Amino acid sequence: MIAETGLAALWLAAALAGLQFVLMMVALRSGTDVRRAMRSVALVQGVLTLIAFAALLTVFALSDMSVALVFENSSSAKPFIYKVAGAWGNHEGSMLMWVTILAVAGAFVALLAHRTSERTTVAALGAQAILALGFYAFLLIASNPFARLWPAPPDGQGLNPLLQDPGLAFHPPTLYLGYVGLSVAFSFAVGALLTGEVDSRLARAMRPWVLGAWVLLTLGITAGSYWAYYELGWGGYWFWDPVENASLMPWLAATALLHSINVLAARGALKAWTMMLAVIAFSMSMVGTFLVRSGILTSVHAFAIDPERGTFLLALLAIYVGAAFILFAIRAPALKEGAPFELVSRETGLVVNNLILSVVLGIVFVGTLYPLFVEAVSGEKISVGAPYFDAVAGPLALLLAMLVGIGPLLAWRRERRPVLKRLQIPALLGITVLAITIILWRDMHILPRLGLTVAAYLAAASILPLTGRNPLRAPLATWGMVVAHFGIAVALVGMAANAAFSSETLAVAQPGEILTVGPWSVQLASVTPTAGKNWTAVEAELRASDGPRLVTLEPESRYYPNPPTETNESAIRTFWNGQLYTVVGKQDQNGGWQLRLWWKPFVTLIWAGGALIAIGGALALLGRLWRLVWRRRPRAEEWRQERYA
Amino acid sequence: MKPKNQRLVLVLAAVVALFAAALLAMWGLRSQASYFYTPADIAAGKARDGEAMRLGGMVERGSIKHLPDGVTIRFVVTDGKAQTPVIFRGIPPDLFREGSGAVAEGRLQNGTFFADTILAKHDERYMPPELGNLSAEHKAGKTLEK
Repeated sequence: MIAETGLAALWLAAALAGLQFVLMMVALRSGTDVRRAMRSVALVQGVLTLIAFAALLTVFALSDMSVALVFENSSSAKPFIYKVAGAWGNHEGSMLMWVTILAVAGAFVALLAHRTSERTTVAALGAQAILALGFYAFLLIASNPFARLWPAPPDGQGLNPLLQDPGLAFHPPTLYLGYVGLSVAFSFAVGALLTGEVDSRLARAMRPWVLGAWVLLTLGITAGSYWAYYELGWGGYWFWDPVENASLMPWLAATALLHSINVLAARGALKAWTMMLAVIAFSMSMVGTFLVRSGILTSVHAFAIDPERGTFLLALLAIYVGAAFILFAIRAPALKEGAPFELVSRETGLVVNNLILSVVLGIVFVGTLYPLFVEAVSGEKISVGAPYFDAVAGPLALLLAMLVGIGPLLAWRRERRPVLKRLQIPALLGITVLAITIILWRDMHILPRLGLTVAAYLAAASILPLTGRNPLRAPLATWGMVVAHFGIAVALVGMAANAAFSSETLAVAQPGEILTVGPWSVQLASVTPTAGKNWTAVEAELRASDGPRLVTLEPESRYYPNPPTETNESAIRTFWNGQLYTVVGKQDQNGGWQLRLWWKPFVTLIWAGGALIAIGGALALLGRLWRLVWRRRPRAEEWRQERYA
Repeated sequence: MKPKNQRLVLVLAAVVALFAAALLAMWGLRSQASYFYTPADIAAGKARDGEAMRLGGMVERGSIKHLPDGVTIRFVVTDGKAQTPVIFRGIPPDLFREGSGAVAEGRLQNGTFFADTILAKHDERYMPPELGNLSAEHKAGKTLEK
């Protein structure tokens, strides 16, 4: 009964999305104000999808094996939290989550959009409805999450143990929220292109959505990276796996959009470019969804192979992206270009930022899709991995990080002051670090060396926008920018230190034997069998010491009977100056155990930096929302900018 | 600068960036992409020594040998037509076992494949698509067992 309720709610929501689109067509033709009607339709649609999603959660929580999806992805012996999280740890469930977030976001747009003109709001809501309609169709036709099994089997097939992890409960929802937040930017852009009203009002209405989406994407990527790091037991934090790239590409586009939208909001310039980026950002989200959900990749993440769904998603992608680009091509030439700016100005800085980010995006895009393209054309199988991305995107990322220190110091429109003078101290810091690395570590690789140099410079340069004024009176958005840019420097230190200073030991140890890794000596004290709710394991007890510190680590090698899988549960201990990472493998013929040990100095700074970047975004969002809610009337400063635009 | 010129400059900059991206990507792909080979490809001399590549096939039954250091293994990958010996130092992935599929990343040297990484299927249900065809051939009657 519960499953049928969910299905009915989905059908109704799809019908309402159709109605919402028709309303838009009527309104744009006849000029009737349909906002109130649309608001109710969008709202009810959001509630209906929430009902459907709640129904899915319920059948998973109750382990209702008569629902095919539950049977395939759950088992009654699983811990409760993973039963619920299992609802979106599979294709159908995650697509339902996608659609639910899309519809709820649509409802919020309908409720909150009072910044844009009536026509643009209506057109944007119509665009959002037609987007949702396609994905409802995909769910109802090609991936019904509520299909029944008859007769109901006694127990399910279980969830992949790699996914039975707290990370799973939050990682996909965060990314999806980010993807879908970009759908709102897409709808606004399409709406504004339809009505021709691309201006700073539009940018201000879009900005909170872009910021919010970007913060969640940043968090999702950071969390996903940490999940891969500790769960897969390979000691790496980024594998350039296509599925990781699928989340990186929307992030790169959103980062560019986030910066160009500020130009549009403050100065009314870069109109066509910003609209283009809004379209690209969501296109990348759909490309990401397609790559992950169609299962065409050789990847640890692709759990299903089903050509029908892939074709359906590809068709949706082609229709939406194609239509948006055609609309753009027709409407963009008619857009009036905004206020002019000189060569040395904040605008130019942001244009350069956008160009580099776009180039990196292009490089990641090509590298991710090229193998699929080659295989489709010639049947040859190639793989494009870390060597390509490191060599091509790495130097560009460093160049961008260098420029991040300069851009925020420039004034809008034109900069006459000698800005480079303010960069003396940061530059000095960078050069000092470079000299130190050359003296102390002769044979360090070039990228980590430059990474440390740029990080030292950027850490100092990123704070400069707060100097020369009372920092406490600086707007929250400025604080957000500073924190985020500082986060880049922090993450850079982590990456460079990890690349340059990690030490690894791989050996077989008899109980009692001592191995060394970096400054640590690690003794294998004992190996004992143990068991959890749905697994059995051997657990090694390691006693590690680097002189003053003495710690015990307990890595496990686990076996899950349902589905039959073995996993290595790494044991990680975090210190202020790094992480000790241990994995236990199999027993060899002589009774020794394979141990893999890493000492990774300052590796945690990678994710700390990611978190700082997200916090910076959240601060900026808070600042913008604060103004939106508490200061409806534009301040004098905004008035002036409005006049320029 | 006049707005019209400015627009032109921006469009030019975008076009140049686009070209730069394409050139960079092509250069990177040419020098850094690695090809996927089967033992039959290697036997036919398609792969060059020292080139980064992926080798895929079934781990031959009875072929996994542990070397005295305990962490290096030797095994043979087969696709039913040819065999390639592989040396790997490290902890192989959880579902790496004889008679099942694996993909190794590494380099070829004098007919022996030195693997840096081994990718095996991650659970009983998942299998790299590259190996999908192999197991179909397997089922078609080409036995891989000695």
